[in-house]
Amino acid sequence: MPNFIMSYLDPKVTVTPGSAGNQFWALMYVLIIFAGVSVAVICMNWIERKALAHFQVRLGPMRVGPHGLLQPIADAVKLMIKEDIIPAEADQFVFWIAPMIGLLAAFTVYTVIPFGPSEAVSDMNIGILFMLGVSSLGVLGIVVSGWASNSHYPLIGALRSSAQMVSYEVAMGLAVVSAILMTSLNASGTGTLSMIGIVQAQQQQGVWFIFKFFPLGFIAFVIFAIAMVAETNRAPFDLAEAESELTAGYHTEYSGLRWSLFMLAEYAAMIAVSSIAVTLWLGGWMRPFPNLLHAPAWDFIFSLFPGLTFGALAAITFIEAARMPTQSFFKIQRIGLAVFAALLGFIALLLLVIAVAGRSADMSVAARFREGIDYVYWFVLKVAGFMYLFIWYRATWPRYRFDQLMKIGWKVMLPISLGVLVVTAIVGVIFS
Amino acid sequence: MNPGMSAGLNSAIDAGMAPVGTPWFFYVLAGLAVASGVAVITRRNAVHSALALIVTLLAVAGLYLMLYAPFVAGVQIIVYAGGIMVLFLFVIMLVNIDRSSKERQFNRIWPVGLLAACALLALFVSAIAKGKALFPDRMMTLPESSNTQQIATMLYGEAGKMGQYTFAFEIASLLLLVAILGAVIMTKKKI
Amino acid sequence: MEGRAGTPGAPRTENRALRTMVPITTLHYLVVAAALFVLGVIGVLTRRNVVIVLMSIELILNAVNLNLVAFSRMWGNLHGQVFAIFITVDAAAEAAVGLGILISFFRNKETINVDEIDLLKW
Repeated sequence: MPNFIMSYLDPKVTVTPGSAGNQFWALMYVLIIFAGVSVAVICMNWIERKALAHFQVRLGPMRVGPHGLLQPIADAVKLMIKEDIIPAEADQFVFWIAPMIGLLAAFTVYTVIPFGPSEAVSDMNIGILFMLGVSSLGVLGIVVSGWASNSHYPLIGALRSSAQMVSYEVAMGLAVVSAILMTSLNASGTGTLSMIGIVQAQQQQGVWFIFKFFPLGFIAFVIFAIAMVAETNRAPFDLAEAESELTAGYHTEYSGLRWSLFMLAEYAAMIAVSSIAVTLWLGGWMRPFPNLLHAPAWDFIFSLFPGLTFGALAAITFIEAARMPTQSFFKIQRIGLAVFAALLGFIALLLLVIAVAGRSADMSVAARFREGIDYVYWFVLKVAGFMYLFIWYRATWPRYRFDQLMKIGWKVMLPISLGVLVVTAIVGVIFS
Repeated sequence: MNPGMSAGLNSAIDAGMAPVGTPWFFYVLAGLAVASGVAVITRRNAVHSALALIVTLLAVAGLYLMLYAPFVAGVQIIVYAGGIMVLFLFVIMLVNIDRSSKERQFNRIWPVGLLAACALLALFVSAIAKGKALFPDRMMTLPESSNTQQIATMLYGEAGKMGQYTFAFEIASLLLLVAILGAVIMTKKKI
Repeated sequence: MEGRAGTPGAPRTENRALRTMVPITTLHYLVVAAALFVLGVIGVLTRRNVVIVLMSIELILNAVNLNLVAFSRMWGNLHGQVFAIFITVDAAAEAAVGLGILISFFRNKETINVDEIDLLKW
C-alpha cells in the first residue's frame, strides 16, 4: 500500500493522478483544492470589502483584526450561529437541497482545472465540455431555490437570474469554441478538448491565444470575460440579487448557514470561470515569454517571483504595522499585524530557498517541487488579476436593467461571437 | 475492429491502465438511475419528479463514461441535464396549479396502462433471456483519448471516407431550426 | 481449502474476489436500459400530469440511448454513439415543441390533466 502511495511522488511521474490511476493522490488533490478554494473565498471576501471601500474613499472594516483581517472569520461565525428560518409553506426537501446543487456545480468544475501540466485532479479528454456542462447545472440550483422559497420576490429573481445565465451561456460556449478552434492549427490538424492540451497547444504555437490572429483572439476573450461576469450574477449584471432590487432575489428566504452556502457557490464559480479564461486565453500555468526568453538564467529569474511577491507583501505589511498609531489600545493590533508580516516573510523565505535549491533543470525532488510551485504561482497570479477585475467592475459600473441585459446577451454578444468563430476558422485555414 | 486489436487493447488495459472499481461504480450508478426513475413516475409533486429525472440523467451520463463514451456523456450533461431540465422546470413553474398536486395522481385507465407495461416487461425479459447467446461476453475497450476526434471525423468528414453522418448532421441542424420556429410560434399569444 | 463459512481464511476471500471479479458485460447495461424503458412506459400510460408524461418520454429516450451506446462498445465502433448524439438532439427539439404546445393549451383550458384534455374541438 505505501508503494501505491509513494509511487506517485517519484519526480519522473508527469501525469495527473487521475490519468495515472492513483486514487489516493487524486483524493488528496481534491481535498487540497477544496481547502484552497475555501481559503481563497475567505480572502476574496476581505479583499472585496476593503477594495470596494477604498474605491469609495472610505476605509472598510478596520476594527475586527488589524486592518479588518479577521473580519471574514467573524462573518463566518456570525452566519453559523444565526437562526435557521424556513418559510412555513416552503417545500422542505427542495428548500434544503437547493444550495447544495449550486455548490456541487460550482465545485465540480475544479476537477478539470489544471494548475500545472500534471497538477490537476484528472485530465479528462473532454475537459472543456465537462466544464460547460457542469456550470450549466448551476442554473438548476438557482431555479429550484427560487421556487422552494414559496414567495414572489425569490421566484421572480430566480427566473430572471436563470434566464440571464442561460442566455450568456450561449455566447460563452461560442467564445470557448473559437479558442478550441485555435488549438487545431498545428501540424497534425487535430485539436483537443482537454484543458492541459489547450495550454500545451499555446506553448507549442508559441503565443497565448489572446494574442493569436490579433484581434480575433482578443475579441473572443472579451466576449468570454463579459459572459462570465453575467454567468456568475456579478455587477454590472447583478439585477437578480442586488440589495436595492427585488430584496436580494433568489436567496431572500435563506438565512445563516444556507445563505453562506450560496455565497460560497458564487465566489467558487467566479474563481472557476476565471480559471477557465486563464487556461484558454492567457496561457494557463506558463510564465511570461517561455519561448522567447528560454535561457536557464531567465528561468531562474522568473522562478524567484513567488518568493519576491510574498517578500513584497511582507514588507508592505511590516511598514503598515510600523505606521499604526502608538496608543496602548492599538498595541495588540500592532503586534498582530507584525506577526502576520513575519508569517508572510517566513513564506517568502521558504519559497526563495526552494527556488535556489531547485534551480537546476534535472529531475530531482527539489527541482520538481520548484516547478510545481512556479506553475501554481503563475496560474494563481493570473486568476487573482481576474478577481480584482470583478471587484473593480462592481465598484465602477451601474447595473443593467433586465431588458437591456437580455438585449445585449442575444443581440450583441451572440452575433459577435458567431462572427469571430467564422472569421477565426477562415483565417486559420488560410494561414496554415 | 479485429480480435487482434481488441486483444492488444485488453492487454494494455491489464497492464495497469484499467478503470478501477468498475463493478461497484456500475451497480451504484445503475441503482441510482433505476431508483430515480421510480421516483420520477411516482412523485406527486412535479418539481420532485423533475429533480429525480435530473439525478437519472446524471447517473446515465456516468454509465456512458464507463462505456468509453466521454463525448456522449458530455453532450448528455450539457443538453439534457443543463438545457432540457431547466426548460421543464420553467414550464412547471408556469403551469403550476395547486389543485393538481392535491388530486389523484394516476389517470382513469391506470390498470390498463400497468397491464400493458407488464406485458412489455415480459417481452423484454424473454428477449434478454432467450437471446443471451447473441451478446458475446467480450467487452472491447474503445480508445478513450481519441473518442472526440473519431466522432468528429464521422460527423464532419468527407462523404466518401468515414464521413457517413455529414448529411444527417445537416438535417439535424435543420430540425433544430424548425423546432425553434415551432416553439416560438406555439407560445406567442398573437401570431 | 474447504472451510466452513464462519472461519476467516481462504474460502471467504476467494468468494469475495469472485464476487467482485464478475465482469460487467453488455447484458448488464441492456437490463438497466430495459428497466428504464419500462419505467418510462408506465409513466406515460398512468400519470395524469402532462408534464410528468413528457418527462417519462425523456426517460424512454435515455433508455434507448443507453442501449445504443452499450452496443457501440460491444461492436467496437462508434456508430452507436453518433446515433445516440442524434437522438439527444432530437429529444431536445421534441421537448421544446411539446412544452410549447402544453403552454399554449394551458392558456386556453387552464388544466394540465390528461383526463380533462379530451375534446377535439371546443
